[in-house]
Amino acid sequence: MLLLTCPNCGPRNVSEFHFGNEYNPRPADPAGASEAEWVDYLHLRSNKVGVQKEWWHHGTGCGLWFLAERHTKTGEILRTYLWRPDDNAGPDSETGAKP
Amino acid sequence: MSLKLFREALAGRQRLPRMWRQHSLRDSYEAVIIGGGAHGLACAYHLAKDHGITDVAVVEKTYIGSGGSGRNTAIVRSNYLTPDGVRFYDASLKLYEDLARDLDFNVMLGQRGHLTLAHSDSSVITMRRRAETNRLVGVDSRLIFPEEIARLCPDLDLSDRPRYPILAALYHPPGGIIRHDAVVWGYAHQADARGVHIHQNTAATGIDIQNGKVIGVQTTRGRIKTDTVLNATAGWGAIISDMAGVKLPMSTRPLQAFVTEPLKPFLNVVIVSGSLHAYVSQSDRGELVCGGSVDPYASYSMNSSLDFLETLAGHLLALFPCLPKVRVLRQWAGLCDMTPDYSPIMGKTPVEGFHIDLGWGTYGFKASPICGKTLAELLATGRTPDLIRPFRLSRFAEYDLVGEGGAASVGH
Repeated sequence: MLLLTCPNCGPRNVSEFHFGNEYNPRPADPAGASEAEWVDYLHLRSNKVGVQKEWWHHGTGCGLWFLAERHTKTGEILRTYLWRPDDNAGPDSETGAKP
Repeated sequence: MSLKLFREALAGRQRLPRMWRQHSLRDSYEAVIIGGGAHGLACAYHLAKDHGITDVAVVEKTYIGSGGSGRNTAIVRSNYLTPDGVRFYDASLKLYEDLARDLDFNVMLGQRGHLTLAHSDSSVITMRRRAETNRLVGVDSRLIFPEEIARLCPDLDLSDRPRYPILAALYHPPGGIIRHDAVVWGYAHQADARGVHIHQNTAATGIDIQNGKVIGVQTTRGRIKTDTVLNATAGWGAIISDMAGVKLPMSTRPLQAFVTEPLKPFLNVVIVSGSLHAYVSQSDRGELVCGGSVDPYASYSMNSSLDFLETLAGHLLALFPCLPKVRVLRQWAGLCDMTPDYSPIMGKTPVEGFHIDLGWGTYGFKASPICGKTLAELLATGRTPDLIRPFRLSRFAEYDLVGEGGAASVGH
């Protein structure tokens, strides 16, 4: 993988970006979430071989945090896009990410 | 072994027995170890030797030692940051010191000394802290300054010109290098001699669970009934754990290394620089074995990158200005299972009978002997030895992490 497309700036060298690890939504109700839910959010990862939904930060560019769908073995990037509230809505069957 | 080798050489014959044999897969074993690397084989060896349990299968997807055990840079040391970490790795280094005799196989351990360079005031402070922690636990480690560094390694650029001047170093005399393949083969040979079955080209494809207990392992060569499983698959650990429904705090990242053409011996210590993301040692063949930091993003790919080669070569030149004409022979990558606190995860899981030996990140190889010994004790007795209790999986839920980020050879 050499190029990553920033939703703001377009395709850029991957060295401009900072990898923010796999997407793991916050507990929907932070005040009422149990310890186990917080541990899951803070530490546990699926770490799958396959398409993974993950955070990237255009650190040396526009400073935007955005999402990417990338294959963790082949490095193929399916798409990059901005976070929307419905990203938290349900389990993503393709990536296996928990809601 | 060595006497036999000598005799056969004189006789001009090649009739040495195989180091380990092939077996057909039995339909049940007392314990199944997934992953035929140094960890899995050490555990099988100690199960047989210390606990008399020989009805053990080691299943390996490809050939033994093909993963992290054959891809690391073969450095051993015990100069860690936390007392728990120092005690654990020191026990491992002590076992390495006797390993050649124990396995009756030359593992070519060279305890030539290990230097971690400090290029800034803050890293001098971290080195001082590591030196004091090490001495408290009884590990030989101290802070040294340019005059002594120059005696140990005259080719380092110790002038006041470099962008990263060398202010001090953490000197750890018992640290050194070892032949990693020999460690794998020695363990495999001795485990096999005691009756352990080593199944190469046998991938685990599923784990059978009934009422929260392990009852078997599915492999590409058939189903095995067992109530004790150890997952010792390092970078691939999440895939196997997922078969048992155990989610882990791990992220798999590639770590690259390269080796240069052989040079005359000039470097008889291991040199590490955290700020420059570089470590280098000279092998017995004269090659410089060089490693750096993990790749900047999670991946299961073991491709080499030009980025890595360029950055690491540049940093090595900053340390050793005498090396500009040296050619690189080959470059490779291995997979590291990184945890949030840079410490391993060992022991029981919520699934009864399913044990893990994962989260080794960049430290796995140097822990192989003690890991094998302590996990064999756990598998045989069901009790977690005190030495590995700090590394239990439940520490993440108990907010009781073992922060070893500061002892990483290189920044991550």
